[in-house]
Amino acid sequence: MPAAGVVMIIAVLLIVLAVVYYLVSTIVALQRITKNLDEAITGVVGIIEKSAPVDDVVTSINTNLDAGVSLLEGLLVKKAGMEDAVGLVEGLYPGASGDGFRDFPDSKETKAPRISEVYTKGTLTLARLGREAPIAAASPNGPALRNPTYGSLAARGLYPEVRQTRPEAMPRSPVIGTDSPVQYEPSESPGVRKRMPVAVGASSEPTVDPGSDEGGVVKSGLAFLRRLKNDKAPPSGAADQD
Amino acid sequence: MTLEWIGDAVLLLVILPVVVYLLRGVLNAANSIVPSAQKIAMAATAGSKDLDATALLLTTQDQVKTTIEVAADYGGSLDVILDDA
Repeated sequence: MPAAGVVMIIAVLLIVLAVVYYLVSTIVALQRITKNLDEAITGVVGIIEKSAPVDDVVTSINTNLDAGVSLLEGLLVKKAGMEDAVGLVEGLYPGASGDGFRDFPDSKETKAPRISEVYTKGTLTLARLGREAPIAAASPNGPALRNPTYGSLAARGLYPEVRQTRPEAMPRSPVIGTDSPVQYEPSESPGVRKRMPVAVGASSEPTVDPGSDEGGVVKSGLAFLRRLKNDKAPPSGAADQD
Repeated sequence: MTLEWIGDAVLLLVILPVVVYLLRGVLNAANSIVPSAQKIAMAATAGSKDLDATALLLTTQDQVKTTIEVAADYGGSLDVILDDA
């Protein structure tokens, strides 16, 4: 065999070896890819199977929650009124009143009143609960609203301003005592006045009860009827008619 | 004889390098797909495992229904007890 033929045979063998090596390596790589894709397909099928009922279940949950929201919003607005309801929501969740109630579109335009002016007792109660109270949600990092040492002063800040620094603006309490504008005299019989009250400075003489010297409940009742009759009669000549 | 040597030279110096180059490119491409396929398989498996909790949605569904029913009962009572605004 000539040398050229031997070299050709060797060259062909080298080419075949190279083709076999690379093709086998490619086959191995493709097999690994196939295996991984099979695992991926298994996982995706699992996702599809597990997520299939989610739509129905979540839809059902949302339907129930929607009904609950409508119920609570409707009840709150019905019982508290639109303004107070918005104020209550604003007091519990600051800034939430801007979103309004879902079933009441006009609630977005309703101005939320200060919660302390609407529910003073409730606010005070919540404040007494301390930092965990919903009213403290506005400043969760600040100090507790309830001051254990000066609790009354701290609670006073929750009330409207007119109750704190301008008490003189409030109506005066009725005056009692010797200097009161309306004088009463103690009665011998309970429930029966000895005479009708007369304002200080009035010119009329105090009415003397003619039956005041009579004792007993019956006599007191008669005296009361007489006095009532005198009150209804004209001032002039009333004693003569009696 | 000379033509045979020329053929041998072409076979060794041209055909063999071209074949090797092409096959190596195919192998590199196949090897580059393997990590991607592995990541896809891991992600799909993890996603499927995350959805194991979806069965609890049935419990949630029942509890939400019960809660809303209780709230509706309370709401009905409050509607009777409290005066309207």
